[in-house]
Amino acid sequence: MEIPYTVAVRPDTGINNVRLGIWLFLASEVMLFGGLFSTYVLLRVGATEWPVGATLLNVPIGTFNTIVLIGSSVTMVMAHASLKLSDFKKYRFYMGATILLALSFLCVKSYEYWEKIETSHLPADSTYLAIYWTMTGLHGIHIIGGVIVNSYLWGPGSGMWHTKREQFENRVEAAGLYWHFVDLVWIFLFPVLYLL
Amino acid sequence: MSGSIEETKKHIADYKKVAATLAVLTIVTVAVSYLEVSVPVAILIALVIASTKGSLVASVFMHLIGERSKTLYLTLALTAAFFVVLMFIPLLGHLDQVGVQKTLSNADAPAAHGDEAH
Repeated sequence: MEIPYTVAVRPDTGINNVRLGIWLFLASEVMLFGGLFSTYVLLRVGATEWPVGATLLNVPIGTFNTIVLIGSSVTMVMAHASLKLSDFKKYRFYMGATILLALSFLCVKSYEYWEKIETSHLPADSTYLAIYWTMTGLHGIHIIGGVIVNSYLWGPGSGMWHTKREQFENRVEAAGLYWHFVDLVWIFLFPVLYLL
Repeated sequence: MSGSIEETKKHIADYKKVAATLAVLTIVTVAVSYLEVSVPVAILIALVIASTKGSLVASVFMHLIGERSKTLYLTLALTAAFFVVLMFIPLLGHLDQVGVQKTLSNADAPAAHGDEAH
């Protein structure tokens, strides 16, 4: 049995089920991260003293990682555009670049974590460090999830391009929407945790 | 996102412009953090820049700008409404006065005349 409206627009919603599904998932993700941002505000407003992020974290490294993640969003959107232009080789190139940039982000983040562990800046040490580890950790897990999905679409999953092009394009677009959301979360996490 | 090859090529030009803007705004965010301003002003500036960057990502990279589905917009509006409520919960926590010990303004006043008779 074929799942309906994976490519065609559903008349009652004006959108296909793939896009509606991923947007509903992202809506739930907004609430997940929103809960943590709300917690951050509650803890910060209630704290008698709060460290400036720059005194504990490495701002140049954080800035570098922000640029890397923005770069990966650009390559992701270019991967999808390449499929629209029926250029499969370019798609593989841009998707591969997205994966490599994501892995670079994770490597840099791991280095930051290692630095924190070595200097005993652990979640139990302060409220600031607890929320830092929780928020960046959850974001990191989302990056890992994105890398797994993107790697599948770059490798074994890309065979679908030769059999069901439109469906494959939609899959890449859905993965892209998720990836841009992960980038968007970091755009807010970076100033909140590193700079304020 | 759907459209012709020409439309896709136009989108690619937009992606490049947005990418450059995002990179510049990231550097501006870091530069502004070194300014000697009060914490509320610093928070305001940082959030305004982050919101601008977020809007660019959502509208151009996530194609919300060309979206025509009312269902999708309604879903996102509902999400935004709940998100705002979520952000106001800490404020409600601060306004909550249940369990807070209060001293009345006339607590030190001498007892009423009628009470002394007892």
